[in-house]
Amino acid sequence: MLGTAIIVFREVLEAALIISIVLAASRGVAWRGVWVSGGVATGLLGACIVAVFAQTIAAAATGMGQEVFNASVLFAAILMLGWHNVWMGRHGRELAQQMNTVGRQVQTGEQPLFALAAVVSLAVLREGSEIVLFLYGIAAGGGETVSMLTGAALGLGAGAALGLTLYLGILRIPSRHLFTVTNWMILLLAAGMAAQAAGFLVQAGYLPALQQPLWDTSALLSDRSVVGQILHTLVGYNDRPAGMQLLVYLVTLTIIATLMKVFGGSASPPRRASGTVTLPSHP
Amino acid sequence: MVHTFWELPLIAATVWLLGSAPTLAQEQDTYTLVIKNHHFEPSELEVPADKKIKLVVDNQDSTPEEFESHPLKLEKVVTGGHQISLWIGPLKPGSYEFVGEFHEKTAQGRLIVK
Repeated sequence: MLGTAIIVFREVLEAALIISIVLAASRGVAWRGVWVSGGVATGLLGACIVAVFAQTIAAAATGMGQEVFNASVLFAAILMLGWHNVWMGRHGRELAQQMNTVGRQVQTGEQPLFALAAVVSLAVLREGSEIVLFLYGIAAGGGETVSMLTGAALGLGAGAALGLTLYLGILRIPSRHLFTVTNWMILLLAAGMAAQAAGFLVQAGYLPALQQPLWDTSALLSDRSVVGQILHTLVGYNDRPAGMQLLVYLVTLTIIATLMKVFGGSASPPRRASGTVTLPSHP
Repeated sequence: MVHTFWELPLIAATVWLLGSAPTLAQEQDTYTLVIKNHHFEPSELEVPADKKIKLVVDNQDSTPEEFESHPLKLEKVVTGGHQISLWIGPLKPGSYEFVGEFHEKTAQGRLIVK
């Protein structure tokens, strides 16, 4: 039961942290709850489909289908995160100007929630499909179903609790800094995902490792520990990365930050609005 | 000069990428691990150092397994009765552990790189 709980917790944690960041980044936006729940629901459905077709996916791309699939899912999420940040860079300023001239509250309803919902959906799909396969294996192997389900529920609960903690933590940031912080978090999240995708492509033999590992800080902070795993998701921490992963991390960071700067026109990640933004209390 | 902040690491990384590129052309060998009754056979696999190798994991159980190595950052699902292959290295000499994540208590082994 504990073993099941730990595995489910590990898989849930990443998705839970991503959902927290998305919820914080979309604070005050109408219908965000519906969009995010929709993302979770489609992700779960997708996870089951992926699990059923696991062997078909694995056999694709001359046996490297899993890596190609995972890297593609990550890449799609990176595009959505990048788009969100660039959008915020552009429209954030317009919204701020509007607010200054007209003196009304920021209308945030048009924020591209689709992009963030897609990120949630893709995260749930990727992590969820492994949980489905794992639980299926236990069930098919004649394991105890009750103990398995209890473990799964414990793991899910613990992961969700950590996600909630992060969400509440981000919300303690003063409103005028909130979106600067969430934009930075999304930037780092995207770079970390890119490094993860690079890892899959190295494993598939499509990219050279460029020295593996580049460094070993597992004695200092293992990325299997809870703190290490949280940092892994949030900023892409890796205790034994391949050189290629660092390279791709830096390139992604540079590209998104440059796009944010070009479209946002400020040196730091753009804010949605400066000054005295009054946010609607979140639902 | 905000630009330099982003460009420097990028240039450094590109130079380093070009310098390391020849490793791609190295000869590649294949090694096989079998999963049976949630155990690896052999549980210790010897592979050469400084060489990119292909590892085949053959799951002869009927249940899915996830081949995972934390030190090598490998992660790949092997459905029941199927095989997967993945690329490793070039590695420095040493011992690198791997597990079957879905049956971590029994499915354990190590790669001995010499």
